[in-house]
Amino acid sequence: MAQGHQASGIVAGRLSEDEIASNFSDLHSAYAPHEAAVAADRCYFCYDAPCVTACPTDIDIPLFIRQIQVGQPEGAAQTILSQNILGGMCARVCPTETLCEEACVREAAEGKPVEIGRLQRYATDTLMARGTHPFTRADATGKRVAVVGAGPAGLSCAHRLAMLGHDVSLFETKGKPGGLNEFGIAAYKSTDDFAAREVDWLLKIGGITVETGKALGSGLSLDALKADYDAVFLSIGLAGVNALRAAGEDLSGVRDAVDFIEDLRQSDDLGSLPVGRNVVVIGGGMTAVDAAVQASLLGAQNVTIAYRRGRDAMPASPFEQDLAAAKGVKLMFNVMPVAILGDGAVTGIELEYTNVEDGRVKGTGETVTLVADQVFKAIGQTLDGAPDGVALEGGKIAVSGPGRTSVADVWAGGDCASGGEDLTVTAVAEGRDAAMDIHAKLTSC
Amino acid sequence: MADLTTDFLGIKSPNPFWLASAPPTDKEYNVRRAYEAGWGGVVWKTLGSEGPPVVNVNGPRYGAIYGADRRLLGLNNIELITDRPLQTNLEEITRVKKDYPDRALIVSLMVPCDEESWKAILPLVEETGADGIELNFGCPHGMAERGMGSAVGQVPEYIQMVTQWCKQYYSKPVIVKLTPNISDIRNPARAAFAGNADAVSLINTINSIISVDLDQMAPQPTLDGKGTHGGYCGPAVKPIALNMVAEIARDPETTGKPISAIGGVTTWRDAAEFMVMGAGNVQVCTAAMTYGFRVVEEMKAGLSQWMDEKGYTSTADFIGQAVPNVTDWKYLNLNYVSKAKIDQDACIKCGRCYAACEDTSHQAIWMKEDRVFEVNDAECVACNLCVEVCPVENCISMEAVTPGEVDPRTGKVVQGDYANWTTHPNNPSAVQAAE
Ligand SMILES: Cc1cc2nc3c(=O)[nH]c(=O)nc-3n(C[C@H](O)[C@H](O)[C@H](O)COP(=O)(O)OP(=O)(O)OC[C@H]3O[C@@H](n4cnc5c(N)ncnc54)[C@H](O)[C@@H]3O)c2cc1C
Ligand SMILES: Cc1cc2nc3c(=O)[nH]c(=O)nc-3n(C[C@H](O)[C@H](O)[C@H](O)COP(=O)(O)O)c2cc1C
Ligand code: SF4
Ligand code: SF4
Ligand code: SF4
Repeated sequence: MAQGHQASGIVAGRLSEDEIASNFSDLHSAYAPHEAAVAADRCYFCYDAPCVTACPTDIDIPLFIRQIQVGQPEGAAQTILSQNILGGMCARVCPTETLCEEACVREAAEGKPVEIGRLQRYATDTLMARGTHPFTRADATGKRVAVVGAGPAGLSCAHRLAMLGHDVSLFETKGKPGGLNEFGIAAYKSTDDFAAREVDWLLKIGGITVETGKALGSGLSLDALKADYDAVFLSIGLAGVNALRAAGEDLSGVRDAVDFIEDLRQSDDLGSLPVGRNVVVIGGGMTAVDAAVQASLLGAQNVTIAYRRGRDAMPASPFEQDLAAAKGVKLMFNVMPVAILGDGAVTGIELEYTNVEDGRVKGTGETVTLVADQVFKAIGQTLDGAPDGVALEGGKIAVSGPGRTSVADVWAGGDCASGGEDLTVTAVAEGRDAAMDIHAKLTSC
Repeated sequence: MADLTTDFLGIKSPNPFWLASAPPTDKEYNVRRAYEAGWGGVVWKTLGSEGPPVVNVNGPRYGAIYGADRRLLGLNNIELITDRPLQTNLEEITRVKKDYPDRALIVSLMVPCDEESWKAILPLVEETGADGIELNFGCPHGMAERGMGSAVGQVPEYIQMVTQWCKQYYSKPVIVKLTPNISDIRNPARAAFAGNADAVSLINTINSIISVDLDQMAPQPTLDGKGTHGGYCGPAVKPIALNMVAEIARDPETTGKPISAIGGVTTWRDAAEFMVMGAGNVQVCTAAMTYGFRVVEEMKAGLSQWMDEKGYTSTADFIGQAVPNVTDWKYLNLNYVSKAKIDQDACIKCGRCYAACEDTSHQAIWMKEDRVFEVNDAECVACNLCVEVCPVENCISMEAVTPGEVDPRTGKVVQGDYANWTTHPNNPSAVQAAE
């Protein structure tokens, strides 16, 4: 029987332990101190810096870079974390090429921005390596806030509220906190169990009680929370997934990409994780890219992303597209699934070519069939489990201003709330801003 | 390739790049390798009197300041003169000179400030066949505490006296190396030439404490918890040296006299700048100590390419060319008006010019919508600060206002004629002179 790449079906052990270790090491390696100093020296300390405007959490980037330059990465971290308590994770996962680094004047000048993300990581890693927490709590206010969902939005909100002196109960349906930082982000962006370590470090502020295995909708109700707490913040992310609505969707070997990624993130032995030989990923966003790249890194021989529009429309940034290509993933554009083929287990997928007319995708009638033993669906996550009575907008919880929902004393932020891109950093910003608004409300008489 | 040959005091060398008296020239091994690497000349590490040699510290001797990427910008040192026996040095000098007759070899000297000491050492140096001597009146640390080095260089009468002794007891050219640790460099230079020196060389190192160890609470380099001031050199001292060279070159008492320029020479351009400012050649220490002897290749190639581009066939063509254009502030043309202009295509919108002008100068730069930065001619005094802080070279330029046009800042028509402070109505002395 063929081994490794060429073993057919969904099998484990395609690659050696060393290959797996090297494939899943840090995407962007950490700076050594001298590298950080050289990189920091490139920053011009711009006036009203455009990079700051581009950062959803408004980190004072020129200031923190200058602090690195003068040899105080811990001070730099303080600057970062005071705006973005998950600055360590953001440094690893932010698509900086479409945020701060895209706006950097050196990107405009020479196509080579200051490496803000890596510098941010250098600063936050240095501070976190000390094992201490840099913030302290204000005097207790006696107020209690319920935060539902322990992803980036919930963690950021909870931390800020605790810092301001409120007591926080953080409810999470899963067995551990972290949200997609823990279960979704690509493994090579959050190595060495960083997500869990960051949560532990964040909770050192005190005043936050994490209650796992508690789900809004089953066991917890919004009315009960409203009755027990002075305010409620909803940060439940997007727990549902869109269905493909193509024949063969329930064949074995067809999965939601997020489930595959969750397994991967929770595995402590990646070599034992089964993956197909011929993998097809349906979708065009970050989830599609992450699933495809990680399938390839696990040793799948042929990995294809099938996206129904053209390259320009692809939600995954050019950087992500290049990353996929570099990791051996083939990108197919203007194709949509018609049927998943197979008898019991998937054996192939039939795709139809498309044209986009006035923004609408239309099949051309011409089809192509790819061999496949594993198909991942990555066509979008949806809001699932929003409490009754809370107004929605475009499939998300409608919010105005700093996360105010239609219900008094209930705020929402992160992926589950309307507005803003679905990014870790945006979730952090929204959680923080809602916390400030909740604080203002709770402390005004 | 242009001809880089120089004739300095009748001493010929294949190029104007000499190694200054310092560790790179402390022994035969180094000097031979320096010549092989292409240096035009060498000033041997300073020799002291016969007898037990000086001792150096056994801890760190250097401290440094850095620019981006640990680029060394300034070095300071607490080294003394050579710590090897006089006889050894003299023998080595003799051998090396014999093997490299086409290269300049100057012997640097520092002995106590009495006629006997000089009378004793000069014949020994004469015997080596070296091309000349350089009197080290500059070393600012250690030796100065013993009444030598800059302790002599700070007293013009001593300079003149010692120079006269040297001219009396030594037949070849005498170069006097000046200390910059003095308020008016023209006085020691005048004294040297009054004592019949053939040339002056400058600068030696500048008194400095380069940094402080904040844990040990002591200057760096720190030896067993203590530090002392050292001598500062390297790229950072070049502007100071350039000014001092220019001062001597344009002083009516010394103008036209030979100068060997030292201080921060790191590239061909530094050398060219010193030479157009009146230096017949340059001496280099820190650049060689930072990058090794091979840096001279860039210096030679660069100077040669520049000479070719400019059509200079010999170094004599450009030596001193900029001296007539160094003047006193009071003679600068006050009728000359210029304005900063930002090249919008080159601008990368960093806003540094704005921050600098708005916060610290004349509020003459507008920040308009979409980060468009423009100069307000009605406020711009043409100070040049924006040009200096702009990270993009040539993005901001200073454009002269054509005579006849109105300067929007003053509302006055720009005059085409030349007028300076000496005749300006606001100058009390000018008014007095007119009365
Ligand atoms: C595969 C993948 C890769 C991604 N990669 C990146 C990336 O590289 N960079 C980037 O910036 N963004 C990335 N994102 C997006 C980013 O992860 C999200 O925008 C971000 O996590 C949103 O944070 P959140 O707190 O709103 O939601 P989540 O992180 O989804 O957290 C929501 C939390 O609420 C819990 N929850 C859900 N329902 C309930 C309930 N009823 N009761 C109690 N708890 C509940 C969930 O278990 C979860 O812990 C990625 C997303 C995916 C899916
Ligand atoms: C370590 C060190 C030792 C020096 N020793 C001497 C010396 O013995 N005699 C001397 O005349 N100058 C000495 N100098 C000064 C140099 O010759 C030179 O004047 C000075 O360093 C400025 O040139 P630079 O900027 O190229 O280094 C020394 C400099 C250094 C760095
Ligand atoms: S949080 Fe993200 S976007 Fe903001 S500065 Fe850091 S890396 Fe850039
Ligand atoms: S835009 Fe770039 S250069 Fe300017 S402050 Fe930000 S990181 Fe520094
Ligand atoms: S300093 Fe230069 S590049 Fe920056 S905004 Fe001003 S003109 Fe533009």
